[in-house]
Amino acid sequence: MAETHLSPRIIPDRLQSRGSRALKSWESLLLVVAILIFAINSFASPYFLDPWNLSDATFNFTEKALIAFAMALVIISGEIDLSVASIIALSSTAMGLAVTMGADTPKLVVVGLGTGLLCGAVNGLLITGLGLPSIVVTIGTMSLFRGLSFIILGDQAYTGYPASFAYFGQGYVWWVFSFEFALFVFFAVVYSVLLHKTNFGRAVYAIGNNQTAALFSGVRVGRVKFILFLLTGLMAGIASVCLTSRLGSTRPSIALGVELEVVTMVVLGGVSILGGSGTIPGVVLAAFIMGMVTFGFGLLNVPGIVMSIFIGVLLISVIALPILWSRARRRRAH
Amino acid sequence: MATLLKNREILLVIAIIALVFLIALRFPGFVAPANLARVYNDTSILIILALGQMAVILTRCIDLSMAANLALSGMVAAMVNAAFPGIPIPLVILVVVALGAALGSINGLLVWKLDIPPIVVTLGTLTIYRGTIFLLSKGAWINAHQMSDAFKALPRAPLIGFPVLSWLSVLAIAAVYILMTRTPVGRAFFAVGGNPHAAVYTGIDVGRTRFLAYCLSGGLAGLSGYLWVSRYAVAYVDIAAGFELDIIAACVIGGISIAGGIGSVGGAVLGSLFLGVIKNALPVINISPFAQLAISGTVIIIAVAVNARTEKRKGRVILKKAEAV
Repeated sequence: MAETHLSPRIIPDRLQSRGSRALKSWESLLLVVAILIFAINSFASPYFLDPWNLSDATFNFTEKALIAFAMALVIISGEIDLSVASIIALSSTAMGLAVTMGADTPKLVVVGLGTGLLCGAVNGLLITGLGLPSIVVTIGTMSLFRGLSFIILGDQAYTGYPASFAYFGQGYVWWVFSFEFALFVFFAVVYSVLLHKTNFGRAVYAIGNNQTAALFSGVRVGRVKFILFLLTGLMAGIASVCLTSRLGSTRPSIALGVELEVVTMVVLGGVSILGGSGTIPGVVLAAFIMGMVTFGFGLLNVPGIVMSIFIGVLLISVIALPILWSRARRRRAH
Repeated sequence: MATLLKNREILLVIAIIALVFLIALRFPGFVAPANLARVYNDTSILIILALGQMAVILTRCIDLSMAANLALSGMVAAMVNAAFPGIPIPLVILVVVALGAALGSINGLLVWKLDIPPIVVTLGTLTIYRGTIFLLSKGAWINAHQMSDAFKALPRAPLIGFPVLSWLSVLAIAAVYILMTRTPVGRAFFAVGGNPHAAVYTGIDVGRTRFLAYCLSGGLAGLSGYLWVSRYAVAYVDIAAGFELDIIAACVIGGISIAGGIGSVGGAVLGSLFLGVIKNALPVINISPFAQLAISGTVIIIAVAVNARTEKRKGRVILKKAEAV
């Protein structure tokens, strides 16, 4: 489905200098937008520029951003994982089940992360082991994983998580910096290093640009992709621990539609949906932007479903705008 | 016999008959003709939607917004009927089919003119259409008492022994069958999915063909919107939420290749019937309706694995394919 580009790729005659390239990059545009939104929000509401309010605002994006880091790698490699929200649901259900069996907090975390890893492994095996298209497989596992939590929970809900479990979603590391925000910063660094400074990261780009060429140059395509789906499952598990701890309850409909927001965040961050390009700093900025916009809407009492319209429009326009822009530039060049 | 078994439609017919037979062993009432007709009637809307999705998937695209389109069209149909009960129902149907086709054409235009990957486009319009229902209805429900009797009666009105709903799906099957097998557009759907580059050289406009496929899926979703709302006599933001997965499942089960170019009307219909039989059998054999989502998911995965196996091209391997690793 990813081969709609019939026009040849244009290679520039002269490379741009490092500085001008950085200025013209998608990331610097995102930075400007982020600063603008920050300024608008602080003018629009007198409550915005309060450290505790800003700290609350981070909860809007930290859990989704954790998944978005891994999803960025998956999308750069030319695949997609639509099952992440369902992994959150299944892993939260598993933790709820563990609570009823009397598990304590460390065991709960192990169960949550383990379920995420297991789900990721299922996706990875189906996609790399059987060679199936990731979009259909993860549409299938999206209903399978959530379906399993519906079978386990039905119309019930799990509550009664131990008090110490609340730390992951509600605790603060230092002053206004929440545990979730610390996780966000930690994984932003980890994934930046992984994607931009390691052989593994190079392999991810290589696969996304030309899978066959990557294979012939010795990249173990199947293994790299399997690890990517495993990582996405793990990050969904981590997000599930945070979200479950923050809400203090589990329903089968938990985190419904989150996959859309995660994909939007990744694409807004400048990752090409066709694979092969994108950066983690871009995703970090996109996370801030989406978080602040939803927080700003929240201060203005906009209902959640209207925000989802905005996210849908955002998703389409961030992909459409660069295409329109480059088309206009090419027309001028002719 | 061996070639017969390779035919997806015949395999599916055998699978459906086996499934029905197994259920009938314990619950003979399930195979009573009247009940089978009811099962078909209950699956009609899924069949209509699967026909549209098939056309889109054939052209190497996907339409995740069908259920949201259905819900939006259904809401508009219900609101029009609630506000102006005097408008004749055929006109209402015409309006929602046009509205559905227009919503589908938005997907089509974005895919055609802007070259945005179909999955992103329809994932985006899926939320936009759902959100629009909220904006239109302000989150309120339109209930049975607000709809006119004629509005609610049409799908279940009997016509030569079967409800109109069943007849409409038969009509849709016939129309799409003729479109697929007897018209240039139908051939173009297959050509574009089979090999877009070759299609360009044979004079087919790839983008325009995809656009038409989206218009078709949108129009059928609009029709289903009216049918859904009038059949269940209620319209609200979340009707048919998640149904897009069932539609794709029906197509994948029916042997329509997600890579495009392979599929048939018979496959889409039988894939829908397979799901329909399972869905109707669950309460009979005492399995919780909550299990249905997991079953659809499992069936999608099994079906796509089977498809991948049968689609493997036979012949001498000259260059090792990257996907084989």
